[in-house]
Amino acid sequence: MTTEVIHDSHQGDEHHDHKMTGFKRWLYTTNHKDIGSMYLWFSFIMLLIGGAMAMVIRAELFQPGLQIIEPDFFNQMTTVHGLIMVFGAIMPAFTGLANWMLPMMIGAPDMALPRLNNWSFWILPFAFSILLASFFMESGAPNFGWTFYAPLSTTYSNGSTAFFVFAVHIMGISSIMGAINIVVTIMNMRAPGMTYMKMPLFVWTFFITGYLLIAVMPVLAGTVTMVLTDTYFGTTFFDAAGGGDPVMFQHIFWFFGHPEVYIMILPAFGIISTTIPTFSRKQLFGYSSMVYATASIAFLSFIVWAHHMFTTGMPLFGELFFMYCTMLISVPTGVKVFNWAATMWRGAISFETPMLFSVAFVVLFTIGGFSGLMLALTPVDFQYHDTYFVVAHFHYVLVTGALFSIYAGVYYWLPKWTGYMYSDALSKWHFWCSLISVNILFFPMHFLGLAGMPRRIPDYALQFADFNKWVSIGGFAFGLSQLIFLALLLKCIKGGKKAEAKPWDGADGLEWTVASPAPYHTFEVPPKIK
Amino acid sequence: MTTKEYETYYVPAQSHWPIVGAIALFLIAVGAGEYVSNLKSEEAGFGGYVLLAGIALVIYMMFGWFNNVITESMSGKYSHQMDGSFRQGMSWFIFSEVMFFAAFFGALLYARVFSVPWLDGAGNNFMTGEVLWPEFTATWPLIKTPDGTETTAMGWYGLPLLNTILLLTSSITAHLAHVALEEGKRPMVKFWLGLTVLLGVVFLFFQVMEYAHGYSDEMKLYLDSGIYGSTFYMLTGFHGMHVTLGTIMLFVVLLRVFKGHFTPDNFFAFQAASWYWHFVDVVWVMLFVFVYIL
Repeated sequence: MTTEVIHDSHQGDEHHDHKMTGFKRWLYTTNHKDIGSMYLWFSFIMLLIGGAMAMVIRAELFQPGLQIIEPDFFNQMTTVHGLIMVFGAIMPAFTGLANWMLPMMIGAPDMALPRLNNWSFWILPFAFSILLASFFMESGAPNFGWTFYAPLSTTYSNGSTAFFVFAVHIMGISSIMGAINIVVTIMNMRAPGMTYMKMPLFVWTFFITGYLLIAVMPVLAGTVTMVLTDTYFGTTFFDAAGGGDPVMFQHIFWFFGHPEVYIMILPAFGIISTTIPTFSRKQLFGYSSMVYATASIAFLSFIVWAHHMFTTGMPLFGELFFMYCTMLISVPTGVKVFNWAATMWRGAISFETPMLFSVAFVVLFTIGGFSGLMLALTPVDFQYHDTYFVVAHFHYVLVTGALFSIYAGVYYWLPKWTGYMYSDALSKWHFWCSLISVNILFFPMHFLGLAGMPRRIPDYALQFADFNKWVSIGGFAFGLSQLIFLALLLKCIKGGKKAEAKPWDGADGLEWTVASPAPYHTFEVPPKIK
Repeated sequence: MTTKEYETYYVPAQSHWPIVGAIALFLIAVGAGEYVSNLKSEEAGFGGYVLLAGIALVIYMMFGWFNNVITESMSGKYSHQMDGSFRQGMSWFIFSEVMFFAAFFGALLYARVFSVPWLDGAGNNFMTGEVLWPEFTATWPLIKTPDGTETTAMGWYGLPLLNTILLLTSSITAHLAHVALEEGKRPMVKFWLGLTVLLGVVFLFFQVMEYAHGYSDEMKLYLDSGIYGSTFYMLTGFHGMHVTLGTIMLFVVLLRVFKGHFTPDNFFAFQAASWYWHFVDVVWVMLFVFVYIL
C-alpha cells in the first residue's frame, strides 16, 4: 500500500482535548486511545492471572502423583485458565490493538460508536470478577474444562454453573458490541480515497475477524443458555433420555469454537503483515492474495468444526468431509506463510524486537500449523485426541502464535502510544527468555502426547516424568519472563528516549504521520489519500 | 461526500452511561446467577432483588443514553456519516440476533434429523436402540421420550395460524408507516404505527394463551417434556421476548412521532425499530414452518 497524505495543518491541537482527570477520565471516556489502553492493560492483568493458574497446573504436574492440589481444584484451574486466556487475555488484547490503531490507520477521528465502545470494555472487568469470584463459592469455580462439554457442565456440574453462564453471556455482549464497532468503523469511517483494497492488511484482518465475532458469539450465547436450561430448568437438549444428545452440545459449541480460534489468529496475521514489511524495508508481498487468503480462512472456519469431534462416532461421511475441509485451510494459510517469507526475501532486514517476535511467530506458528495438519487426519486423530499433542498444538498457535504477535504489535506501536522508546536491552531479554522457555515448555508436550499422556489429568504414569519436569521448568521460566515485559512497560510509560513520529524507518501507514505520543484526538479532519 | 470536502463526525464527550450499563449488566448476571442457583435448593436468596435492580438500572441507562442521543440528533450535531454508523450498527446487531436463533434452530434440526432417529437405531446405531431404550419409537413431534415422558404436540391451526396472520399483517403496517413517513404524511404514520403496536400486543396476548393451553392438564406440554417441549418453548419463548422488545421499541417510536420527532430524511430510530420488527416477523415464519407445521 502506498499512500500519500495531504495534511490539514491544525491536527491534534491541544484545545480540543477535553480530557477529564483522575478516575473519571477512564470511567467515562469515549476516546479510542483511552479505551484501547484499558483493553490492553486488562488483557495483560488477565494474562498474569491466567498464567498464575497455569503455573499451579505445572507445579502439580512437576512430578507424578498428587502433591499440591486436589483433582477437583486441578480441574477448576485448567477450566478457568482456558477461559481467562481465551476470553480475557487474547481477545481483549486484540480489541485493544484494534481500538488504538484502526482509527489512526484509516484516518478516522475515533471509533464509529464511541460510547458503545466504552460500554464494551467496562463489561469485561465485571464479567471476569464473576468468574474469578466463583473460586470463593462453596462449590468452587467451573471444573468442566473451558469447552464445558455436556453432561459435565449440566448433569455433573457444580453449583457455580449459573454464574459461569451469565458471566459468559455478558462477556459475549461485550465482544459482539466491540465487533460491531470495529466493522462499522472500517466500513463507514475510512478517509476519503482509502478504498477497501488500499486498507492496511491489519485493518483487513480485523474487519474479517469482526464478522466472525458477530456471527459466532451469539451461538456461544445460545450454547450456554441451553446448558443453563438443561441444568436448572429440565430441558433435554443434551440428554438422550429426553431425545436430545450430548454430542449435539459439541456440534453447537464447536460451531462457535472453531471460528473462535480464527478470531484469535487472524488479527495476528494482520500484525505480522505490518511488522515484517517494515523491518524488511519492502512492501508486503502479495497484498491482495493476503486479503483473499484471510477471507478464505474465515469462510472455511465455518465448515470444519467437527474436526474437534472425530472420536464421537460421527457418520463416516462427516469424518471425511471435515477432514478434507480442515486440510484445505492449510492452502490459504500456506499462502500467508510463503508471502511473509517472500516479503523478507532479499529485504534489508534488521532485527528490532518487533521483528524478532514476528520471525519467531512465523516459524513457531507454522510448527503449530503442521501439528494441526496432523490432527486433521481422522485416522491418526483417534490416536492423538485428548492427549498432550493437542495441548502442544493449540499452545503453539495461541502462545507462540497469537501472544507473540500481540507482543510484536505492542513493541511496534509502543513508541507511538507512550512517546518514548522502550529499553532495547530489556525487550531483547524478554524476547530471548520467552523464546527459549516457551519451547522448553511446549515442545516436549508433542512427545508426551504421541506417547499417550492424556490431557486434563492431575497425575500421570511414571514414564512421562522426565518430560513433564522439563515442561514445568519451561513453564515457570516463561511465566517469569513476562515480568520482564511488565518492568519494561512501566519504565517506558514513565519516560525514556523521546520517540520520533516515525521511529522505524521502513514503516508505512497513516499512524506514523501523527506525532509520538499520538495526540488525544487524531484525524478530526480526515486526511486525503491518493 | 461529494458536495462538501468532509463532514465533521460527532465524537461525543465523556458519558457516564456506559459504566452505568456495565454495572447494570453485572447486577443482572450476579442476580440471575444467584436466583437460578437457588431454584433447586428452595432457599430464598437475594438473587431476585439484585436481578430486578439490574434490570431497573438498564432501563434507567437506556432512557438516559437514548435521551442524550436524541437531543444530540435533534440539535443537528449528527452528520450523514453518523446516520450510516447507526444504521450499519443496527443491521449487524440484527445479524447477531439471527445467529442466536440459528443456534436453537440448529438444535431443533439436529434433534429431528439425527438424535431422535439414532435413539431408535437409525444409521449405524442399531445397538443404541436395542440396548438403551428398546421400547422407544422415533416420531416427530416427539410425544413420548426414551425415558417415557408423554406429552402432546401443538398443532399449527388455530392460534398459531392466527398469530402468523397477525404478525405478517403487522409487518405490512410497519412498512406502510415507513412509506407514510417518507412522504411526510404524519397522521398516516401515527395510524399505521399504532396499528402495528396493537397487532404486536394482540400477538403476545395470544402467545400467552397458547402457553396456558400448553401447560394445561389437557396438553401436558411443558418445558421439561423432552426435546420437543424444550425446543418448542425455547424457540417460541425467545421469539416472544423479541416481540416484546420490538413492541416496546415501536411504542417508544410512536410516542416520539406524537412528539413531532423524525423528518422524511432523518428517522434512524424509526428505521431501526422497523427493521427489528421485520426480523422478528421472519423468525416467526421460520418458527411456524419448522416448529409448528413440519
